Amino acid sequence: MLKDYFKFAFGSISHRKLRSWLTMIGIFIGIAAVVALISLGQGFKQAIDKEFEKIGTDKLFITAKGGFGPPGTNAVVQITKEDLRVVRMAGGIENAAGFLLENSKVEFEDNVGFFQVQSIPKGEGRKLLAETQSLIVKEGRDLRDNDRFSVVVGINFVEKELLGKNLRLRDRIKINNKEFTIIGILGKTGDPGRDNSLFIPEDILRDVFSEPDKIDTIMVKVANVANIDTIAEKIKNDLRGFRNVKKDDEDFDVQTPEQLLGSFGDVINIVQSVLIGIAAISLLVGGIGIANTMYTAVIERTKEIGIMKSVGGRNRDILLIFIIESGMLGAIGGLIGVVLGFGLSYGVELAAKNIIGTNLIEAYFSYYLFFGALLFSFVIGAIFGVMPAKQASSLQPVEALRSK
Amino acid sequence: MNKSIIKLENVWKVYKMGDTDVKALQGLGLDIKEGEFVAIMGPSGSGKSTAVNMIGCLDVPTKGKIFLDGHDISKLSESELAQIRGRKIGFIFQQFNLIPTMTALENVMLPMIFQGVDENKRIARAIQLLELVDLGERINHKPTELSGGQQQRVAIARALANNPEVIIADEPTGNLDSKTGTNVLEFLEKLHRKEGKTIVMVTHDANLSKIAERTEFLKDGRIVKSLSNHR
Repeated sequence: MLKDYFKFAFGSISHRKLRSWLTMIGIFIGIAAVVALISLGQGFKQAIDKEFEKIGTDKLFITAKGGFGPPGTNAVVQITKEDLRVVRMAGGIENAAGFLLENSKVEFEDNVGFFQVQSIPKGEGRKLLAETQSLIVKEGRDLRDNDRFSVVVGINFVEKELLGKNLRLRDRIKINNKEFTIIGILGKTGDPGRDNSLFIPEDILRDVFSEPDKIDTIMVKVANVANIDTIAEKIKNDLRGFRNVKKDDEDFDVQTPEQLLGSFGDVINIVQSVLIGIAAISLLVGGIGIANTMYTAVIERTKEIGIMKSVGGRNRDILLIFIIESGMLGAIGGLIGVVLGFGLSYGVELAAKNIIGTNLIEAYFSYYLFFGALLFSFVIGAIFGVMPAKQASSLQPVEALRSK
Repeated sequence: MNKSIIKLENVWKVYKMGDTDVKALQGLGLDIKEGEFVAIMGPSGSGKSTAVNMIGCLDVPTKGKIFLDGHDISKLSESELAQIRGRKIGFIFQQFNLIPTMTALENVMLPMIFQGVDENKRIARAIQLLELVDLGERINHKPTELSGGQQQRVAIARALANNPEVIIADEPTGNLDSKTGTNVLEFLEKLHRKEGKTIVMVTHDANLSKIAERTEFLKDGRIVKSLSNHR
């Protein structure tokens, strides 16, 4: 019997094609938006997970907490070479290194641009950085300890004409008015920030930018992953003593990749919920559209309802027929919306890869999302169809038959 | 004498039209025996249609009792009435009342769907009925593709779908020319004679009523005269 009701519903939907399409547009726009946002949000989270996997679970990151002290106090909190020395003494550490980031004027021939310049430490520290930041030279060579005014450039400098034209090995560029020679070109890192960056020896960067002590991030590789939390606590404790700050009042952060991941995840969740909330409003509007169409259908088909009742249709049969019809309006709209939504998110992924050059934005597909969205749109349609269906089912057969 | 299949006892139907009460039926009494062919006649406004709606369980009385097969149906809920209608009564309307978006076959199957008849049985029965009314060639046509006479024959096939005991025909030839009208009446006659169906037919045409075994004359919502047609 239910199968027949689905057939009835499909019959009446296809009989009133234009109106059905217009009604379904309201649903499919909403579903497409929601599906695209969920797909991209999940994809982004997965991509970030992958990034952190690349970094490895045996790393710690130490950064300064932005200093928000009252005016007159040392408003800018810094981490310095001294802190790195303290960290190195903590024990259980295989390697620790720091780096600095500066935004700088960069010149090549007549072209000028502003780019991020990162320091590369000497010795073992260089390996640690290369490992955590996926810095792999694909042409030329890596920086060496005795290099001075040599620079390794991100891939976009040789592919995207960031400085007027594409740079080549042995080209000379000026960073903060000092001349450097390109000795190496990095492969794609997947992080557009790094693909647009320049890498120079740490001591040279300190000279050129007059930063004798500051460090932006200290990276630590622990000897044994199992001890990572204990080592993090030990470093925190040592740094508190050295910097003379109280517990819970630290002016620095010691974070594991998982903690970083967690805080990233929180931000993404909040942004995603707000966006999905906005998209859901269009679903509500779509649902009201379905209710409106169904009310019209009840009025138009009053006589049909009377006929059905006269040949034995009970109130609940009529109720079911109308709810199924409105549910189907929702589900068909939803199906188009789901397909469109996934299409949209794959489009965004493609655009992000080709235009921005990031691997972080990727579409995520799952059957749960697919069928979940479909079921959800059927339920929306059915819910908004309940009131009109009730009206249809409660019609008196004699009155209904009399209508034109 | 056959047992009574439909019995109305002192049935009243009062409609509210604004501030005034319209008394469509005023103490109607009627007894229809199993296998009878009864015609109900009367001028317009005499309450014929209201009476036939009561007999067909389409409506419930304001006052009085209606017995179908010995059971009082005047107090039943709409859904219970719908079940009884679907099983025991077949309607033939003046306006044919076919569902325009469905084919002839689907229209005939509709009453069986509501009774939960299995799909294969339903199709076989509907085809058989459409062949019975000489429409075996037109089962996949929609009502708009059929003539008035053909539509009414589809309606007759639909009325027979669940093999009901009673056929109610409300001015069945009212929208047809006399030739096709006669054709439809012959079908009713055949159903009565060969299948032993109880038929209640409303008409305002004295000639048509002669086909019935008995004619009840209605005026102001009650029976004023009863006539046996000896054939």
